[in-house]
Amino acid sequence: MLDETKGLYKKRTGLKINPAKTCQPIGAMYAALGIHKCLPHSHGSQGCCSYHRMHLTRHYRDPIVASTSSFTEGACVFGGKSNLKKGLENVFHIYNPDVVAVNTTCLSETIGDDVGEIIKSTDVPEGKTVIFANTPSYAGSHVTGFSNMCKAMVTHVSEKKEGKKAKGINILPGYVEPSDMMEIKRMATLLNVPFTMFPDTSNVVATPNTGNYNMYPEGGTTIKEIRRAGNAIATVALGSFSSEAAAYELEKKCDVVPYIMKEPIGIKATDAFIMKLLELNGGNMDASLEFERGQLVDVMVDVHNHYHGKKVALFGDPDILIAMTEFVIDLGMIPTLVLTGTPGKVFVAEIQAMFDQAGLTESQVMIEEDLFTFHQLIKASPVDLIIGNTYGKYIARAEQVPLVRMGWPILDRVGHSYFPVVGYKGALRIIEKITTALLDHYDQTCEEEDFELVM
Amino acid sequence: MNQKSTIIADHREKQVLVNDKQKNQAIACDTHSVSGVVSQRACVYCGARVVLNPITDAAHIVHGPIGCASYTWDIRGSLSSDSELFRTSFSTDLREHDIIFGGEKKLIAAIDEIVIREKPKAVFIYSTCVVGVIGDDVKAIAKKAEIKHGIRVIPVHSSGFSGSKKDGYKAACHAILDLMGPEKVEVKTPHSLNFLGDFNLAAEAWIIRDYLETIGLELKTVITGDATIDSLRAAKSASINVVQCAGSMTYLAKQMKMNYDIPFENIRFFGIKDTIRSLRKIVFSIGTEEHVKRFETLVAQKEAYYQPMVEAYKRKLIGKKVALYVGGGFKAISLIEQFADLGIQTVLVGTQTGSKEEYEQFRKLTGEGTVILDDTNPTELEHFIKETGAHILVGGVKERPLAYKLGVSFIDHNHERKHPLCGFEGALNFAMEVDATVNSPVWDIVKTFKPNNETKSESKTKSKTKQAKKEKPFDVIDLTIEGGIL
Repeated sequence: MLDETKGLYKKRTGLKINPAKTCQPIGAMYAALGIHKCLPHSHGSQGCCSYHRMHLTRHYRDPIVASTSSFTEGACVFGGKSNLKKGLENVFHIYNPDVVAVNTTCLSETIGDDVGEIIKSTDVPEGKTVIFANTPSYAGSHVTGFSNMCKAMVTHVSEKKEGKKAKGINILPGYVEPSDMMEIKRMATLLNVPFTMFPDTSNVVATPNTGNYNMYPEGGTTIKEIRRAGNAIATVALGSFSSEAAAYELEKKCDVVPYIMKEPIGIKATDAFIMKLLELNGGNMDASLEFERGQLVDVMVDVHNHYHGKKVALFGDPDILIAMTEFVIDLGMIPTLVLTGTPGKVFVAEIQAMFDQAGLTESQVMIEEDLFTFHQLIKASPVDLIIGNTYGKYIARAEQVPLVRMGWPILDRVGHSYFPVVGYKGALRIIEKITTALLDHYDQTCEEEDFELVM
Repeated sequence: MNQKSTIIADHREKQVLVNDKQKNQAIACDTHSVSGVVSQRACVYCGARVVLNPITDAAHIVHGPIGCASYTWDIRGSLSSDSELFRTSFSTDLREHDIIFGGEKKLIAAIDEIVIREKPKAVFIYSTCVVGVIGDDVKAIAKKAEIKHGIRVIPVHSSGFSGSKKDGYKAACHAILDLMGPEKVEVKTPHSLNFLGDFNLAAEAWIIRDYLETIGLELKTVITGDATIDSLRAAKSASINVVQCAGSMTYLAKQMKMNYDIPFENIRFFGIKDTIRSLRKIVFSIGTEEHVKRFETLVAQKEAYYQPMVEAYKRKLIGKKVALYVGGGFKAISLIEQFADLGIQTVLVGTQTGSKEEYEQFRKLTGEGTVILDDTNPTELEHFIKETGAHILVGGVKERPLAYKLGVSFIDHNHERKHPLCGFEGALNFAMEVDATVNSPVWDIVKTFKPNNETKSESKTKSKTKQAKKEKPFDVIDLTIEGGIL
């Protein structure tokens, strides 16, 4: 389908072709689902909410429920105040959530609705919570929306209780899969760290089948826990793009010390995460985690020759890419191109520093770019492997290059909700995926005489 | 309905009814969704986009922030026999700066870049919500671009807030009319037609094209499955329009009748009966005796081949119950009949955008006690699926995981269908799909594992359903007599 991708890369001024990002509200909606008994509410046209639910449903294959302000012509002229007030009233009356997390849209931002004021003037039922985040679709990307909603949780909920001794550690998992959140919790638990993690979608969008539909699954961080986050000793924020804003907000509001780290994807980043938890909480490395690490290293030794020196192009969201670029370099691969649709100059600096350190003078990093550019650059400088979300499949097919699906969204395969990419277990899975992709490709395309049983 | 009050919000009372043939019932539809509800509905942009997107050799530019383009990138599932241009996502990705200073400059640049790069036959520009607010003069830009590039550049007025998905269909129809132009073709091509309201999902339009060509009729264009700009322009010379997806295309058919003197007929190619009736209707309307002969041969052959195979599935499916929740009414009407042909009874039927007439049809076609819903939500769906004891849900993307969580099988009769479901071939595919899902062993696994001895509570729910059944017996009605649509 993309066989026709033509021409050399030239910066375009008006046109985006095949985006490598989407808009803020969907990230905010995903983050909000990580609060226990929370109903996300989209303050805008009906279509926004419908599209976000549809997209999330395709990725998670679980029912995704959210309400909308259902804007009409009238709302655009007179503002969306009455829509939101009536909307909140209906939401609590009909669906009875504990929390409503309101996100704005390009429409409500452009007409200038002051969502904070509107909520303030609304009677929220006793014991219920309403939080909101400004998530204009024309700024940042879905990652920014996730980050803004995480920050909003702190702004509207977290509190520091004066006179109470600080304890425990906050973990902000970042924009990762429910499986990853579960794995992060497992690691922290094994290390005996008392922690609060938010948001936590692990038992919300990856629920077991019981033959019953539960509009509010058991998972999600409770409001009480998010409130208590203000009394923690420190915050470990994973992924600067998705978690840093909330961590700094906790510092500003409640004096909780922030530590911004990479997503624990790959061996080094996982080591760093574990060391940080031990440093903050004391205690020793858990024997079973050490065992897992040993197995990981063993596999890295076993198969290193299969991927060493292979060229890989990566696209997706900044936090995942930063950790993944480090990991593929550790595997001896050559990341020739790292591209995100999300804006953020720090991303360029961070990736470039990795290239420099690894002596990769030919490699390129790009922000605010699209997949058409990605394809053009791959055509100009071919690679052995693509790592990215489902949208990479067009390019992979056109160029006959294997694709390892990673990141968000994945619309055509299962597994991401259940098998993590974070931690040592996750690193093992990534190696399995990369090796399998490369070897399967080789098996399918090599000459008859090169086809071998043992590899 | 004792639980009705807790499940159905007050404002929705009028959009839910339980079929009672003795009463004079009417459902409230065509209403705006109330703020704060979990609706399964979409927006104006969505409606316009789904209708126009299958036009293959046009560039479709979404003018607005990135989301509207991202969520609609290649999700339509319609196939092309030539250009794949329509599957590429083009947008202006409006940023903060553009919201403040206007997005016109970016749009002009985007059109230039697209025309130089892709040389499309035409360009459609979809306005999204903010464009309607910041006041970009899309019409003027389109006009200038047409002069500059010598191709049609057509604005689609699809700001999301300016109505419902249905208004989006209308906006799409306007864009198509704009493309066709005002001039009338006086001498029509004999024995030719246009097929409105098929989007060539999983090659469905090709199946119908094949039938028509075998009969000897000329299909000018399908609107819009696998349509090209040239074929749409040629549509004005057809003798007749046949309309399948009535919700999206009746407006266009009416306009074409008024502007170009092309009469139209409603047809439906879902299910063997509907397929035969529809083909007959077409042949008798524009064909000669020779065409009729060929039609009869075709139908005899196909029916002899497919009917027994479909019948074979009926034996495995008879007695099952189905809940339908689809976008428009025409599809639901087709499905009620098609399921009945497989021995499956419709116990719930609802749409996002159905019309009064369509809901009236549902009442006629379904048995006593069938639940009829307009613009529903997951809570209501869950409640009524359980209450009616449906084994299958037919719906779209958002309904699939809901069905699965309830341990109910699912059929996608929407963008994500993977096999053609129309014509004779489609009737068989349909039976196969229904069988594959409803008779999967997975549903037993969902229901059998009860480690903590929940037998007590289970027997309780069982008796409840029995009671519910007693209260409202479903009758099976003979659709061949009552459901004749043609």
